Amino acid sequence: MKSGSNLERVLAAGQFAVTAECGPPRGADPEKVLKKAEFVKGNVDACNVTDNQTSVVRMSSLAGCLLVRQSGTEPLLQMVVRDRNRIALQSDLLGASALGVRNLLCLSGDHQKFGDDPQAKNVFDIDSIQLIHLVKTMRDDGVFPSGEKLDGAPKFFIGCAVNPFADPFEIRVPRFKLKADAGADFVQTQCIYNMDTFTRYMEEAKKMGLHERVKILAGVTPLKSVGMAKFMNKMVAGIDIPEPVIKRLADEPKEKQAAKGIEMCIEQIQQLKEMEGIAGVHVMAIEWEEKLNEIIGGAGLLPRPVVDEGETER
Amino acid sequence: MITGTPKPIEEILEMIEPYEKIIVAGCFGCVTVCRVGGEKEVQVLASTLRLAREAGGRPLEIREVCLERQCDPEYLDPMRPYVEDYQAVLSIACGAGIQFMAEKFARTPLLPGINTGFLGVTERQGEWAERCQGCGDCVLHLTGGICPVTRCAKSLFHGPCGGSVGGICEVSRDVPCGWQLIIDRLKALDQLENYGKLKPYKGWSSARDGGPRRIIREDMI
Repeated sequence: MKSGSNLERVLAAGQFAVTAECGPPRGADPEKVLKKAEFVKGNVDACNVTDNQTSVVRMSSLAGCLLVRQSGTEPLLQMVVRDRNRIALQSDLLGASALGVRNLLCLSGDHQKFGDDPQAKNVFDIDSIQLIHLVKTMRDDGVFPSGEKLDGAPKFFIGCAVNPFADPFEIRVPRFKLKADAGADFVQTQCIYNMDTFTRYMEEAKKMGLHERVKILAGVTPLKSVGMAKFMNKMVAGIDIPEPVIKRLADEPKEKQAAKGIEMCIEQIQQLKEMEGIAGVHVMAIEWEEKLNEIIGGAGLLPRPVVDEGETER
Repeated sequence: MITGTPKPIEEILEMIEPYEKIIVAGCFGCVTVCRVGGEKEVQVLASTLRLAREAGGRPLEIREVCLERQCDPEYLDPMRPYVEDYQAVLSIACGAGIQFMAEKFARTPLLPGINTGFLGVTERQGEWAERCQGCGDCVLHLTGGICPVTRCAKSLFHGPCGGSVGGICEVSRDVPCGWQLIIDRLKALDQLENYGKLKPYKGWSSARDGGPRRIIREDMI
């Protein structure tokens, strides 16, 4: 085992994995995290804690991870390269590992323009692919990227994100391969709505054998309303919600759209589960964590397996 | 060239408020080409300032000059005999020129009349765009002649990020995705294999991050 994390064990045992995410609050109240974490508990193998997503200042991901763990769920630390140079990144990685965080997601981070501090300096000392390489070097070689020996290597199950729906499509799988080459153990995809594009993406990825090198967790986000669908489609770069998906929601009366969104999400998870090369699902129920149990249970993925280290394939 | 934009006239008037006798100094270099600090701009700015001050009842005496370059000592020297006859110099050269003049004329306050922008090109009449950050370690041969440090909003070395849609960067509809440009160009050059290689972490010590930079050419000294 590279990290010994629960997520790594579940995937290594060949079980279909489930992750979700918690966005930390815009304040210092730990109860906000603990409340969200209660909805996650028992429904996932690990829970992502986002790192100042959309460049809006929130409680730090590491602090959020510790609170999630305190509530009984294994955390997954998201780390963006937007705000920290390589010195700070390495330092935070050591700290996170020392505190027992074992799952990591390496991201570039949304540009600071989108947040409430657009005047902030952006760092981007290294990019997300180089961060993967940096963590792997520290974990597997026991040295800092500078070559200096580590006094205790950090242990992480190293993740990355991919967006099959951004442009240019032809470079999306090659870019995923770069992440695999850099050392990613698992990937969580951007929310999938366009199953045709995703199927094409997976065909390309499988041709390169990427599904055998990296555990692929397909990302889904339940839609609460037709308004949310239209907003995301129009306003969020790299989100592709096809017209028939929007129409299915629009055909429902307003008060039934949320239930329909959940039904569609469950259907989609079941389809993804049957796709070759998909090792799990990442359910991003944005500010809708209370529905995780219904979605994941509805997809037949509960209870979550308990895998001891001895049961995993080495 | 080095580009720039004029400072708002109100800001300039505030800067020159304490003075009655100043020099407005332009430069025949980059700022002339991008029409922000050349001879013509000196004349226009000086006239505007004179009129504004006269309207306020505090006339301003201005000497208009335009130097060949403000970033070379030989072109600054001709100002030496008269510079101290004035209370300040309002320079509309780039930040380098303004600072160099400040160094050479230690007892005269130097005031910036423009905001220096970036190393860029004239894309069309009246429109300039950034091309180079002067990072001191060029990789253009690997990226189809398009700079990832400058043209990608996140300076990614393995782009494009998930925010690239239809060739446009997520930062603004007016910004092309630098990595889309790189990929298009690599394809046109049949060099797409360059994309598939992991690039080492960039050394930023040759950029501004290593502290103020200096080039010494022994062969020229």
